[in-house]
Amino acid sequence: MTYTLWILITGCLVGLTCGITGSILVLRKMAMIADAISHTVLLGIVGAFFVTQSLNGLPMLIGAAVVGLLTAFFVETLHRSGVQSDAAIGVVFTSLFALGVVLIAFIGDQVHLDVQHALMGEIAFVPWNTLQIGGESYGPIAVWMLGGVLVLNTLFIAIFYKEIKISTFDPQYAILIGVPVVFIHYLLMAMVSLSTVASFDSVGAILVVAMLIVPGATAYLLTDKFFSVIWMSGAIGILSALIGYGAAVSFNVSIAGSMASATGLLFLLAFLFSPKHGLVFKRQRMTST
Amino acid sequence: MEAFLTSLSNANFQWVLVGSLLLGFASGVIGSFVLLKKQSLISDAMAHAALPGVCIMFLIFEVKNVPILLIGAAITSLLATQAIQFIINKSRIKTDAAIGVIISVFFGFGIVLLTYIQQNSSGSQAGLDSFIFGQAASLVKSDVQLISGGAFLLVVITVLLFKEFKLTLFDPQFAKGIGLPVSFLNGLMLFLVVAIVVIGIQMVGVILIAALLITPPLAARYWTENLGIMAILAGIFGAISGVSGAVISTTVVGLPTGPVIVLSASLIFFISLLFGTKNGFLQRRVRGV
Repeated sequence: MTYTLWILITGCLVGLTCGITGSILVLRKMAMIADAISHTVLLGIVGAFFVTQSLNGLPMLIGAAVVGLLTAFFVETLHRSGVQSDAAIGVVFTSLFALGVVLIAFIGDQVHLDVQHALMGEIAFVPWNTLQIGGESYGPIAVWMLGGVLVLNTLFIAIFYKEIKISTFDPQYAILIGVPVVFIHYLLMAMVSLSTVASFDSVGAILVVAMLIVPGATAYLLTDKFFSVIWMSGAIGILSALIGYGAAVSFNVSIAGSMASATGLLFLLAFLFSPKHGLVFKRQRMTST
Repeated sequence: MEAFLTSLSNANFQWVLVGSLLLGFASGVIGSFVLLKKQSLISDAMAHAALPGVCIMFLIFEVKNVPILLIGAAITSLLATQAIQFIINKSRIKTDAAIGVIISVFFGFGIVLLTYIQQNSSGSQAGLDSFIFGQAASLVKSDVQLISGGAFLLVVITVLLFKEFKLTLFDPQFAKGIGLPVSFLNGLMLFLVVAIVVIGIQMVGVILIAALLITPPLAARYWTENLGIMAILAGIFGAISGVSGAVISTTVVGLPTGPVIVLSASLIFFISLLFGTKNGFLQRRVRGV
């Protein structure tokens, strides 16, 4: 019983953490940067392994944050030198991701880290990898990492709420009244990197993308308020994790993939039936007027 | 070195060389159009969306017949592009988020199907997951012939209709005015992109095949502003990346082919970024002083 419970808690924490962070990126039209960072974080994790020779939580978080920020920086630099932004994102993330995969191929036999694991994660192993202090077990490491990142991200959003909101909706005005726009940008990039690496063990680098982008996009179809988009996105993330887990258990398939499919299902529902922006009601309104 | 020389005399390996060369060239040429149409990330979505198609076809026909699997890949790829367009047209979701939603959900669903196949069918599914990262070493002669023949055909079509494609890209109004079937040409271009993605996934894998469309043309852009020269240059860069990736990954055991091909392309991009005669880093420095 506790085994299932830990998996559910892990899944929900991934959904919540990625959901609230990702929703801001969706509103800032930076969804694909989130996609890029969640690929390149792999390189940060491999890099952290090369430095410390172990797969510990803290160096991994630092390595991921560094590479995540570098990704954002490279994309920004290329874009400013005249490369169109979609191509800049494409070339940066594929290069860094490919480098990460090739490096894994070299160290793969020394550690418990293979490409399969990095891509899809293995949430089923999470409950066994527990935090041990003085012989006492304090629950899975993944839950502690996710919880920590969740607290950190929530704190950042709470402290810089006004700055994030203004720079999202009116960057020009934000610069004018002295909001540190560049700092907010890189702060968000760091938050995405941390969320990604904390989720990495359970759902894998690729499927984090689903949790980052899809709940945010779904919430954006349901509400117009900035704050509502954030909390709804978190809630949709949790809901997707629960639905995904249920489906994965009953069909005996990849839990991470199933959770990603669940985000897609909820998006489709909102896309069709959202009271305000859904396709069905929009059409009804059009025919009734 | 010795291993390399022995494999060079291997007939199967020679085919792989020809295939990677033609595949790289074709994707460079077609990618030039993709880049200028600002569809680099859409091509990434097409590539990721190929995975569920491959799995669905395998579930229906229960054989690993490559052409059938690739037809499935083409269908879901096309479906993904249409879904992205539909989301952008019919809702308030912006392009980047729409691409992100489709990439992650299609890929997640692909993973679900892949794990379902691995749980439920007998050994015949072996190698289906090599579609994720590509494995040149596991290609058989008929696979490589398909890649070579397909890539060659795509290059021929592009060359024959080069002037028409160019006009449609730069001045659709004028193209329409002189009686060119603009929407047919746009559709044909979309078909060419899907085709190159689909025939390339066995070698490069769904996650990184888009890089072969994005990176070589972007590198070529640093040397010329003429579309014709750019396409040829991008083709040559792509061919070099393809061949070096295939050679390195078959000589070093355990290296997946796709990431090595992409890293080769990234290296060419980096050199072009520094030394390119059109807006390259050094050239800008010299002019700036």
